[in-house]
Amino acid sequence: MKKIVINEEYCIGCRLCEVYCVSQHSKSKDIIKTFKSSEDRPVSGIVFEENGYTTFALQCRHCKESPCTTACLTSAMYKNNNEIVLHNKEKCVGCWMCIMVCPFGIIKPDLKNKKVASKCDLCIGREVPVCVEHCPNEAIVLKEK
Amino acid sequence: MSKSKFRTDFKIVRDMEKCIKCQACARVCSNDAHVYDNESNSIISYNDKCVGCHFCEDLCPTGALTIKRNIPEIKFNSHWDSYSVYNIIKQAETGGVLLTGMGNDKPFKEYFDHIVLNASQVTNPSIDPLREPMELKTFIGKKPDKIELKYEPYKLEYNKPELKIINYKISTKMPPQLVLETPIMFSAMSYGSISLNAQKSLAKAATEFGTMWNTGEGGLHEDLKPYSKNVIVQVASGRFGVDIDYLESAAAVEIKIGQGAKPGIGGHLPGEKVDTEVSKTRFIPIGSDAISPAPHHDIYSIEDLKQLIYALKEATRYQKPVGVKIAAVHNIAPIATGAVRAGADFVVIDGMRGGTGAAPTVIRDNVGIPIELAIAVVDQRLRDEGIRQQASLIAAGGFRSSADIIKAIALGVDAVYIGTSALISLGCHLCQKCYTGKCNWGIATQDPYLTKRLNPEIGAKRAYNLLRAWSLEIKEMLGGMGINAIESLRGNREQLRGVGLSELELKLLGIKHAGEAW
Amino acid sequence: MKKFLDDRKIHIPSGCGVTGIMDTSGKSISGSDIVTSIINMTERGNGLGSGYAGYGIYPEMKDSYCFHIMYQKDTVIEVTENYLNKKFNLILKEPIPTKNVKTLSYVPILYRYFISPKAELIKLNYETESQTEFFEQDFVSSCVMFINKEIEYAFVFSSGKNMGIFKGVGNPDEIAEFFKIYEYKAYIWTAHNRFPTNSVAWWGGAHPFGLLNWSVVHNGEISSYGINRRYLENFGYYCSLFTDTEVMAYLVDLIIRKHNLSFDILAKIFSAPFWSQIDRMEENEKNFYTYLRIIYGPALVNGPFAIIVTNNNTMVGLSDRTKLRPLVAGKKGSILYIASEEAAIRCVSKELDTVWTPKAGEPVIGKLS
Repeated sequence: MKKIVINEEYCIGCRLCEVYCVSQHSKSKDIIKTFKSSEDRPVSGIVFEENGYTTFALQCRHCKESPCTTACLTSAMYKNNNEIVLHNKEKCVGCWMCIMVCPFGIIKPDLKNKKVASKCDLCIGREVPVCVEHCPNEAIVLKEK
Repeated sequence: MSKSKFRTDFKIVRDMEKCIKCQACARVCSNDAHVYDNESNSIISYNDKCVGCHFCEDLCPTGALTIKRNIPEIKFNSHWDSYSVYNIIKQAETGGVLLTGMGNDKPFKEYFDHIVLNASQVTNPSIDPLREPMELKTFIGKKPDKIELKYEPYKLEYNKPELKIINYKISTKMPPQLVLETPIMFSAMSYGSISLNAQKSLAKAATEFGTMWNTGEGGLHEDLKPYSKNVIVQVASGRFGVDIDYLESAAAVEIKIGQGAKPGIGGHLPGEKVDTEVSKTRFIPIGSDAISPAPHHDIYSIEDLKQLIYALKEATRYQKPVGVKIAAVHNIAPIATGAVRAGADFVVIDGMRGGTGAAPTVIRDNVGIPIELAIAVVDQRLRDEGIRQQASLIAAGGFRSSADIIKAIALGVDAVYIGTSALISLGCHLCQKCYTGKCNWGIATQDPYLTKRLNPEIGAKRAYNLLRAWSLEIKEMLGGMGINAIESLRGNREQLRGVGLSELELKLLGIKHAGEAW
Repeated sequence: MKKFLDDRKIHIPSGCGVTGIMDTSGKSISGSDIVTSIINMTERGNGLGSGYAGYGIYPEMKDSYCFHIMYQKDTVIEVTENYLNKKFNLILKEPIPTKNVKTLSYVPILYRYFISPKAELIKLNYETESQTEFFEQDFVSSCVMFINKEIEYAFVFSSGKNMGIFKGVGNPDEIAEFFKIYEYKAYIWTAHNRFPTNSVAWWGGAHPFGLLNWSVVHNGEISSYGINRRYLENFGYYCSLFTDTEVMAYLVDLIIRKHNLSFDILAKIFSAPFWSQIDRMEENEKNFYTYLRIIYGPALVNGPFAIIVTNNNTMVGLSDRTKLRPLVAGKKGSILYIASEEAAIRCVSKELDTVWTPKAGEPVIGKLS
C-alpha cells in the first residue's frame, strides 16, 4: 500500500497542504470559492507541527493496527478493502474515543456538531493526494511501504 | 531633511478578489515583506522590503500576488537616471560601498547576440542527432602534440585493412584528463556563499550527467565526498578548506586568481554565515570572518604562479589536472598564455558577466571585458604561440543558453562553466541580494529556515534537466552544421558569422560578417 | 558582371569524382587508363576543373624535385625564378608540354623546374640519412609555401620527386588532351573531376592538390575545415588557398611525415571511430583509440568526404566516418583501383578479381611491393 511519507527536513512551512486539503474536501473543490464562503469550508485533515525551523505536516498514518477503528463503538471509523482508514459521519455518535486513542493526534473534533470533523482519506478517488501533489518542495511524498 | 524610508524597487500587488488569507506568503518571506496581522485578520505587504525574488508569487495558491517593478520615477533625465540618483541617496545615508550579487546587469553589447551559426544545405548533408551518433565527449587537460608509437611491423592487406592495434605500443604518456560527457560544467560556488543543499544539487546532477562541479573556495563538505569523482576543487587566496585530503579526493585542482564579477577583488564571507558546518569545511573558527585576500599573497608574479601549480601537481603526484582561473581583463591573452607556460593544464577565463555572491556594484559593473572577446583573443594567441594543445580552455561568465555555449565553443573553448544559469535552474530569480544571506529560494543562505527550501533531490533533477536540455540543443545545432563530434566545432570559427559588428570587432572575434561565404 | 571568381581567395564548395589506379608491382601504366576512368565520370563534374597526378613519370630525373609552376602574369616569372635560384640548384627548366585546346580558357603560363635544394641551406649535421631527408623536405615545403603565399600570380602546384600533377579548369578530356596525359607512364595514377558550385577561373583551384610527394584528390565538403586549418597553424602550416583539399594534404603531411604514423592510423584520425564503438572495444584497443581521439581531435575530418591520398609508394582511399560520399575499390592482379563509382573501374578493367565497397572510415591501402 502507498502511504504518505514526510520529509520534514524539506518542509518549508508554507502550509499549502492544508489549503489544498480543505479545498479538495469542499463541495466546489475550488480554492477561492472554498475559502471565500463560510459554509462550505471543511477542516483540513492535516496537523501542522512547528518547532523552530523544524516544521512538518502530519496526516493519518493509516496504521496497520489502528487504535481508532478498534476504539470506535459504531464502526464509524473503519478500514476499507485497501487498508485505508475512513470515517463515516452518518454512523458517528461523537464519542471522540478515536481522538483519545490516536497516537498521532491527527483526528480533529467537530465541536459544533459533536462529531468527528476531519481525517485524511488519502483523497480517495485521486491517484495522488492533493497535499502530495501540491507540496512545493516534495516534503510530502507518496511511497510504497 | 527627511530620510528616505521607503525606497522601493518593487510593488507588491495583491488581488483581494483572489487572496484567501492562507498566509503562505507571510510565512515564507524572509524579508518580512508580507506580515499577517492577527488583530485585523489581514496581510500587510511592505513594498520597501520586497527584493523581487518572486518566491511568494510562485507559491501563492490562487495567483493573487504579482510583484511588479516599481522604480521611483524622478523627472526624466537621460543622464541622471533614478538608479544613479537613488544610489547617491543611499550612499549619502550610509557612507558605504554599494554591494550587489549575481552578474553585471548593465546594457553592454551582447556579442553572442551578434553572432549567428551555420547550417548545411545541399553541398554537405545535415545530420539528425536523434537517429545518428552525435558526440559531445570532451577532455580537459594538456594534450600531447603527437602520439608516439612503437611499431611491430606487419603485413597490410589492402582489402582487409583492419587496424591491428596489437601491433602498436604507445610510448606517449598521456597527461591526466578530465572526461566530460558534455562540454558544460558547473562553476565554482563555495559552500558558504551557497547552501549545502544547493551544492549537493549541483554535485548530484554533475555526477549523474558525467560532468564536473566545482567547490569554489569553501572546502569540500563531508556529505559531498560521494560526489568527489566529479569535483574540481579550488585553491584560492584564502586557502580555505585546503588540505591533502581535499586535493586527493578531487578530479582536478583549480587555482583561483580572479573572478569575472569582481576582478582584482577578494572575497569576504561574514562571520554570521560561518556556522558549525561551514567552519568545519573551511577549517576556520565558528563566527569568524572568512577573508580571501585580493591577490594570493604567495603569488605576486607569473613565476610564483608556476611554483604553486607545481606544488599542487607534486601534492597530487601529477595524477590530476591543475588549472588556473582568471578574470577576463584587458591583458587576458598574454596572462592566459603565461598561465599555460607556467604549466596550467587548463585555463579558465571568467568574463564580466560572471556571477558573484557579493561584490561592490561599481566593480561588478565596470571592470573586466566581455567573455566573447576574451575567448577569441586567448584562443588565437595560444594558437599563434603554438601552445593551444598544451592546455584546455574553459570559459565562464553569463552563458544564458545552449546557443551562447555553442558559439563559445566555436570561438575556441573546450568547455564552459555555468553558474548563474545553474542557480536559476535551482530557483534563483536574480534578485541580486545573495549578500544578505536571506535567499528565499534556499540557495545563497545558511539560515536553516531557508536552506531547507531547496530539496537537493528536486534541485539535482532540475540541474540535470538543464544539462540534458542544453546538450540536446547543442546536438541539434551540431547536426544542422553536418558535424557529428564537438571537437570538429571547437575553434571552428568558419561556422560563425557576425551581424552588425564593426570590422575591428570581427577581426578580434576572428569571424566573418554574415553574407560572406567561406 | 564579374563572371569568374578567383577561388584562391574564397572557399567554394564542390562535389566531385575521384579515381586512382596503382600497380603495386611498380610496373608502369599508360595515362590512357586513368583518362578513360575519369571521363567515365564526367557527369560528376561540371567542366570547371579536372586534374591528374602520376608517380614515376620522370624516371630520368627521379632524384630531383620537380616544381610545376603556373603563372597568371609573366611579370612574376622573374621574381619567382630569382627566389628559386637563391634556394635551389636548377637542373632543368622547361615549359610543361601542352597541346592547344580551343575550348579551354584562362590558360596560365606553365613551367616545370627540376631542382635540388642548395646543400648549404640545409643543415647537414644530422646523424641519419632519414633525418637529413626530413629536414630537406621541410625546407622544400617551406619554399613552396613561401611562393604560394607571398608571390601573387605564381603558384607551385606540384613539388615532388618523380611525380607530377597536371590540372586546370576544364573537362577531364580537355585537360588530358591539353597536358597530353596519354604520353606519360606511371605506376600510380589519380584523377579528379570537379563540380564547384561557383564559376572558377583559377587553374590552381583544380585537384589533385599536392605538396612534396603527396597528392590528394578529394570529393567532399569538410564542415570541420575551420578548426582543421587552425590546428595546422599550430604546427606552422599556413593554408594559402581556401580548399578543403589543401587542408587534407597538410594534415597528411603532418601526421604521416612529421608524426611518423602509418596510413591505417591516419584513417582512424581522419575518420575516428565513434565513442559508442570505442566503448565496446577491448581494453588496450580502447586505450589506443581514446589516445588518438584526445590528441588528434582537431584533426578529425568531419563532414562528407572520399579521398585518395598518394605518395611515391602508397595509394590510400578513405571515406568519412559515416560514409556520406561514395568510394569503391577493385583489384585485378597486382593492380588496385579506387574510384567514386564502380563503373569508372569496370570501364578500364572489365574482369576484376574482387571489387568491394569499403566501410565508413575503413581505408583501402595499396603499397608498392
